[in-house]
Amino acid sequence: MSAPFRLADPARARALAEAIRLLAPPEPVKIVHVCGTHEVAIAHNGLRRLLPETVTILEGPGCPVCVTPASDIDAAVAIAKSGAVVCSFGDMMRVPGGRISLEQARSEGCDIRTVLSAKDAVKEARETKKEVVFFAVGFETTAPMTAAIVLDDPPDNLSVLASHKLIPPAMAALLELPDHGIAGYLAPGHVSTIIGTGPYRRWLDRYDIPVVIGGFEPLDILYALALILRQIADSAPKVENAYPRAVDAPGNPAALKLIEEVFEVRDAAWRGIGTIPSSGLELRAAFAGIDARRRFNLPEAGPDPEIPGCRCPDVLTARAVPSDCPLFAKRCTPLTPVGPCMVGAEGACSIWFRYGERINP
Amino acid sequence: MCLAAPARVISVEGKIAHVDYGGVRTTARLDTLSEPVEPGDYILIHTGFAIQRLSPEDGRETLALFDELTASLEPHRPEDEGDPPERPSGVG
Ligand code: SF4
Repeated sequence: MSAPFRLADPARARALAEAIRLLAPPEPVKIVHVCGTHEVAIAHNGLRRLLPETVTILEGPGCPVCVTPASDIDAAVAIAKSGAVVCSFGDMMRVPGGRISLEQARSEGCDIRTVLSAKDAVKEARETKKEVVFFAVGFETTAPMTAAIVLDDPPDNLSVLASHKLIPPAMAALLELPDHGIAGYLAPGHVSTIIGTGPYRRWLDRYDIPVVIGGFEPLDILYALALILRQIADSAPKVENAYPRAVDAPGNPAALKLIEEVFEVRDAAWRGIGTIPSSGLELRAAFAGIDARRRFNLPEAGPDPEIPGCRCPDVLTARAVPSDCPLFAKRCTPLTPVGPCMVGAEGACSIWFRYGERINP
Repeated sequence: MCLAAPARVISVEGKIAHVDYGGVRTTARLDTLSEPVEPGDYILIHTGFAIQRLSPEDGRETLALFDELTASLEPHRPEDEGDPPERPSGVG
């Protein structure tokens, strides 16, 4: 990371950890974040060890590939089996669909390529005569890039299998669960760079819960946690921006305009959670021509497969941490993943395994 | 997947910026950005697209925010913790 934005400073980290200790109430508080990048920063920097015992922080549905329903993976597999090239982000490859994963489809001879960016899919399409489909997953941070390629005169052989999801509706959905126990949200910094603060107010104000937008340096996260605890201490829940260097209240107007122009909001299925109202993006009718869901004959959407013993549904709704699962780091490892949370690079189980994170072993 | 990292703009050609990611040269699309950028600016890049212009000043301002919070809690440090400490309310 570039020097002016590196905020590593042990003295300040200690001061912020002390602030957290002073602000933490005596009773347990459960704080939830919804971003794999936050979880990596927390686990990698050992931030949980700086928190008082009463304060826990859990990842909810922060891994886009983990929450992609099996039926969307089945659609991508069916497209690949029809002879088209499927371009996918790498960590989607091993996530099991209803029957097989993209990786298994590739081993059966399908042409499935991993890309780092939506623009790489355009490049692939320009270099072949075959049909090329971009499997577009990701939250609000990633949806504008898909919109940008759709609007940028894409080649005729390119189409988009849109599976983008929206975070604030999912944050609200978790609060509808009877036993959620969530006392505050650490909101995702880069989703917020795009959407600003408004959508959190619209979706979460009625729950009277602290929502603090946090950055990704260790100090950013500690600071955001301190602000959440201060809101709890003051009984003054609100949406607060603790990452002003990358988040403006209105968000990124150019990116929001791209999303608005290309997509419309619809209800969407989240793996492990169920259908969440107004939480997905589908291509507008004006872009039917580039919509892979219309260009290809796709299978009827089936339910997500039950995975016996896997606690991903609880992990994705922040009702369990990975080490609560009896299979964690035993039968289920990144080499032998049982559920999607161990496959996705941003899944809590995979991150906890990589960094040796544990609570209640 | 929402990983984004700052890079320094070297040059701009239409809606493409050539950038330096701490030594690594690459390009970023600018059509996802609302404001114009110039060589020397820092931008936050996500999957090859700029999502925010950053000012190097902002890093220092962030540190000042952290210090303001911790300073506001100073009077509640353990030394004067005879009675259960009052909850600090708001930045002093
Ligand atoms: S450790 Fe494996 S089996 Fe358990 S919840 Fe995580 S992904 Fe599922």
